[in-house]
Amino acid sequence: MDPECSRLLPALCAVLVDPRQPVADDTCLEKLLDWFKTVTEAGPSLLLLQENPCLVELLFRVLKAHDPRPRVLSFSLRLAGLFAAQEDCFQYLQVSLSRAVDTIFSLQGDSSLFVASAAGQLLVHILALAMRGPAEGHPSPQGCDWPACAQKIVCHVEDSLRSTATPQVTQALNVLTTTFGHCHSPWTQGLWVRLSPLVACLLEKDPIPASHSLVDLLLSVARSPVGSSDCGLWETLAQTLSHLSPTQAGPLALGILKLQDCPQALKTQAFGVLLQPLACVLKAAAQAPGPPGFPEGATGDSITVDTFLSSKSACVGLLCQALAHLELLQLLPQRPSPWPQAPLLRAAVAILRFCHGSAAPTSDVGGHLCAVLAGCVRVQRAALDFLGTLSQGTGPQELVTQVFAVLLEYLTSPDSSPMVLKKAFQATLRWLLGSPKAPSCCDLDPHTQLFLGELLPVLRKRLCSPCWEARDSGLEFLTQVTRHWGGQAAFRHALLASEVPELTGQLLRDPESYVRASAVTATGQLSSWGLYATPTGPEHPEVQQESLFTELLHILSTDSEGFPRRAVMHVFTQWLKDGHADVAEDLEQFVARVLQAASQDLDWEVRAQGLELALVFLEQLLGQPGSRCPYAVALPEAAPPATLAQVLQALCRVQLFEFALRALFDCDRPVAQKSCDLLLFLKAKATPCGGPQEAGASPDVVSVEAALQRWQAGEQGQPLGELEPEAVMAVLRSMDLEGLRGMLAKSSDHMEKSPQSLLQDMLATVGVLGENEADCY
Amino acid sequence: QYCLSGHPTLPCNVLKFKSTTIMLDCGLDMTSTLNFLPLPLVQNPRLSNLPGWSLKDGNAFLDKELKECSGHVFVDSVPEFCLPETELIDLSTVDVILISNYHCMMALPYITEHTGFTGTVYATEPTVQIGRLLMEELVNFIERVPKAQSASLWKNKDTQRVIDPGSSMEDDGSAEELFGAVQVTPLSSGYALGSSNWIIQSHYEKVSYVSGSSLLTTHPQPMDQASLKNSDVLILTGLTQIPTANPDGMVGEFCSNLALTVRNGGNVLVPCYPSGVIYDLLECLYQYIDSAGLSSIPFYFISPVANSSLEFSQIFAEWLCHNKQTKVYLPEPPFPHAELIQTNKLKHYPSIHGDFSNDFRQPCVVFTGHPSLRFGDVVHFMELWGKSSLNTVIFTEPDFSYLEALAPYQPLAMKCIYCPIDTRLNFIQVSKLLKEVQPLHVVCPEQYTQPPPAQSHRVDLMIDCQPPAMSYRRAEVLALPFRRRYEKIEIMPELADSLVPMEIKPGISLATVSAVLHTKDNKHVLQPPPRPAQPTGGKKRKRPSDDIPDCKVLKPLLSGSIPVEQFVQTLEKHGFSDIKVEDTAKGHIVLLQEAETLIQIEEDSTHIICDNDEVLRVRLRDLVLKFLQKF
Repeated sequence: MDPECSRLLPALCAVLVDPRQPVADDTCLEKLLDWFKTVTEAGPSLLLLQENPCLVELLFRVLKAHDPRPRVLSFSLRLAGLFAAQEDCFQYLQVSLSRAVDTIFSLQGDSSLFVASAAGQLLVHILALAMRGPAEGHPSPQGCDWPACAQKIVCHVEDSLRSTATPQVTQALNVLTTTFGHCHSPWTQGLWVRLSPLVACLLEKDPIPASHSLVDLLLSVARSPVGSSDCGLWETLAQTLSHLSPTQAGPLALGILKLQDCPQALKTQAFGVLLQPLACVLKAAAQAPGPPGFPEGATGDSITVDTFLSSKSACVGLLCQALAHLELLQLLPQRPSPWPQAPLLRAAVAILRFCHGSAAPTSDVGGHLCAVLAGCVRVQRAALDFLGTLSQGTGPQELVTQVFAVLLEYLTSPDSSPMVLKKAFQATLRWLLGSPKAPSCCDLDPHTQLFLGELLPVLRKRLCSPCWEARDSGLEFLTQVTRHWGGQAAFRHALLASEVPELTGQLLRDPESYVRASAVTATGQLSSWGLYATPTGPEHPEVQQESLFTELLHILSTDSEGFPRRAVMHVFTQWLKDGHADVAEDLEQFVARVLQAASQDLDWEVRAQGLELALVFLEQLLGQPGSRCPYAVALPEAAPPATLAQVLQALCRVQLFEFALRALFDCDRPVAQKSCDLLLFLKAKATPCGGPQEAGASPDVVSVEAALQRWQAGEQGQPLGELEPEAVMAVLRSMDLEGLRGMLAKSSDHMEKSPQSLLQDMLATVGVLGENEADCY
Repeated sequence: QYCLSGHPTLPCNVLKFKSTTIMLDCGLDMTSTLNFLPLPLVQNPRLSNLPGWSLKDGNAFLDKELKECSGHVFVDSVPEFCLPETELIDLSTVDVILISNYHCMMALPYITEHTGFTGTVYATEPTVQIGRLLMEELVNFIERVPKAQSASLWKNKDTQRVIDPGSSMEDDGSAEELFGAVQVTPLSSGYALGSSNWIIQSHYEKVSYVSGSSLLTTHPQPMDQASLKNSDVLILTGLTQIPTANPDGMVGEFCSNLALTVRNGGNVLVPCYPSGVIYDLLECLYQYIDSAGLSSIPFYFISPVANSSLEFSQIFAEWLCHNKQTKVYLPEPPFPHAELIQTNKLKHYPSIHGDFSNDFRQPCVVFTGHPSLRFGDVVHFMELWGKSSLNTVIFTEPDFSYLEALAPYQPLAMKCIYCPIDTRLNFIQVSKLLKEVQPLHVVCPEQYTQPPPAQSHRVDLMIDCQPPAMSYRRAEVLALPFRRRYEKIEIMPELADSLVPMEIKPGISLATVSAVLHTKDNKHVLQPPPRPAQPTGGKKRKRPSDDIPDCKVLKPLLSGSIPVEQFVQTLEKHGFSDIKVEDTAKGHIVLLQEAETLIQIEEDSTHIICDNDEVLRVRLRDLVLKFLQKF
């Protein structure tokens, strides 16, 4: 700790223990803790405690106070925990803290959540430390050889577990969860042997108290080394799964399925719990006994049905939970195998039909589901997300057809809320891109082509929607699908036959800026594939592209909102990267006009993107920067790269230097950083070739440097004027770009973030600092 | 309650409440017009040369009246409507008619002009004015087309008579008293300009009549829900006719389809009423057309009452939602269609004849009536535009099945879009409303107590309340379940002064009162009884008016209950022995076997049955009386 902080610390501690002094907000205390954490992690902290007795004094006085302020108490407890994590500090603190264990017990029930949670964590730290010395081996579960302090804590936990009051049980479970989560020493094994009968007793109760915390504890134990050795644990887990209500059991089941090594039977049981709500839906939706459904153990038992029927919120909650859990599970490598893809698909489709009111159930449960789910946006969103994830697998064609049919229903329905519509578009995209190619050629298969024929009119209508979210998600969908399929003949044909490209062009003038931005991206993408024709008509095919470029440039220079302008810069960058035919026609003209427009933009992201575009341009002229991809195999180049002199000439013609140098002194740090990187890249490329001229004294350089100094001072109005390549290189050589990069790498608030500044701020708010006293009269 | 209409959204019920007879709404079911041929505005060879329809046996006696068109049979006549039931109750006994909105008053002429009705019609000012416009439009549509057969009661003078002198208009929130017996109060219902629900209450009973209400934020004043609380009976009619279509989604659908059609050079036809949803549609389009690049497309509104409708909507500021009301103080017109008219984007004409034919430009959007497609200028546009697939007809009014409306125009090339916009309450809103206002009983048309026939699995599309709603159907008479049976009686101050209440239980005091009950205009007043004539020594002759009934000295009233065990103890104390107590269904029997006497103690009576021993009876009576309070 630096001496200045040591000097400020006693005053701060005095403020914290003084109940009359206002304490700065929680974030200050959090930052202070963060700082202490880095200090304690940096090395042994005993010295720190010894040199700053005010800290121990603080802990002692706060714990002894009759009515401590919650946030200060929480802070002190956590601070004590930080120090107590080191053995020597613990011994040092023990003198003052061992009497405090009782206080900490009572603080577990504090009304402030911060205090309660800190008290629990502190107990864990103390327990862990107490067990470290004498009990490194395998202490007996009975605990006769445990240190007194640990014995006291464990007995307290045992008492709490036996309590009939749920909050007590919750506290004990939370302490144990943290213990098994953090401590992996052999003694935890003994602890579990000692406590597991009490935990098992909780399962006998009805209702099971603190089920949430119980689930957390069991999973925590299962993940710890205890779990891999104790087979009794698996039985407890299985028992818990069957005792908990379907909603409570969901998180436990997911947790079990995520475990690396647990018995197959338990996994099957857990998977059954997750599948049950969907099995129930399938059963309710079935017209007749259908194809085989889920594996054994997931047959839609009566408890799940009861939950469905009990209330709307219970039904919706359970379904959403099941869908979210299964969605997570599907993405995991350890997901159950075989994965019941087909029944899951059927269930997702059935849920979406229930929500849409298009299902025609025959059973009572089905009728009830229909009434509860009709128009329920929450379930619709969850089910569409889930359906989208299922696109990673395949399914029988008849089912895939159903999936597309239900997606089309949602895309068409005027009742789909904007969020649901967005999700429906996303799911559709995933299914479209996942659909198989026709075996004979690389074009889209006939089913997909048929679907496209129905989809495009819907998309067309959505682009005309008065609801901007609908237009926006329609455009996003169009962009994505074009990005992937722009080269597919069937897609090109269908798209050109629809009015979609024209409508997209019109949306460039949409009143909503988000829509304009999406329209910019979409037209850019369409144009990259030659799918965009401006509304001016087909009679002048040769001016079409020029007019889109002009239109986008117009947006870049005049649009009042940032989003469309940023989108234009992204499109231009992409065009440049792709070697878009019309950009390539007059590359320099293109770059010059874009950079000119971007340099005057008020939005720093636009300027930063301008630098990105400039970098792409540079790379194309000079070749890839080597550092970006060190293992890339150098391809034989078709044409030799232009000579450096030619490149520099070109850069001067498009005024890239002026743009970059101006950006170097940009008031927004990311822009300056990017520019610095770009100039460094250029310098590195140019230096080895080394221009023969040493232009240090050239009059050009003097004027440029003078201008740059004025820019740095904030007068950016003046242009640089005509630049000679030699002068530019000379300036670059003379500038300390590396130094500048180092400066810029530090965040702008690195001064304000220092602990010294934090301490000063906190003291300043209570007016303790000496210099403030002078102002008081 | 007498139910004269089977149409849930065009109700006509008669409520006998207290001593009044109140008609609730007077809707005219016009769906029957769909069975008639359209009335073309100009000579139409297609419609006039339709083949007559003959029976299977070749009998063609109906071929003059029935015509076959596109596989359907239609009546070739002026359309007829389905009137409210007139036989169920003598309509001349109706005291008042309460109208809730302008759609629910179209049958008024039939009731007020041909039944001997002499009562009063109550409706809010905008309801009367706009209702008059709707009637005028209808009469105009039908009368301007000469047809030989006439089957309609609709005569212009009827309409005028009904509306002008007979009705009385109410300001929202103020109550009107009917014959002293009941008060009727209109409450804003949020559905249309001036639309209202009604509260009909006496001192101890409250009936709420909910008809055509909306919780959506559209142009009218929002619905007043709080005043519906504490109802004994809530009569619920006029829910949305399209419970599965959400109005927001439909408006979106409307705009998208309109834009798509016009972009392709097609015309859009919107069959509509001259007031109501059209205001909201114009407002949406006002916001939408610029963004959709449609600013140059003309919008035409064609109706004999187009001008009045657009102007009326701007002057009823106090009937509008808060947003629109505040505009008036700026001052700005509350509806943006004023600006559409100013900038020439919206033009309105009384009919297709005259100025319209000069201004007509295509592609365009036309709003015109009638939504049934059987009469009005819409018939002309259907014939004009039906053959091109570029054009679109967009149905927004939910009153008519669009497929049936289109039947006589088939085959049709033009696109048909069905976007029914019905802002009335849906079943989710109803269940929230009922939870909120907690009526003791709900009465509704039977259609609302079961899922729609086409979607029998949608149990969510019905009213779900406890106790279950009582349902009614056309021509049914329903006894409404009123639980409380009290009347309010006033006591004259001097009589009240003379009362001496006695507290018989903490908080409950009683007093006997002798008075004359005076009832007039359904109000009851207790007046002091006339004083008995002073004994004046017989010198004066009694005047006849003093000859009043004798007021006997009243025996005190008794209250309380007799604890049997204590009573038996008392009897024993007074020398009775051999006492037996038997429990009966209503109380107890105390048997004095020795005295051959029986005392029957019940909740509200005590009988002493003894064999001609008056002394014993009096003795026992006095013992009984000791346990009771007297006053």
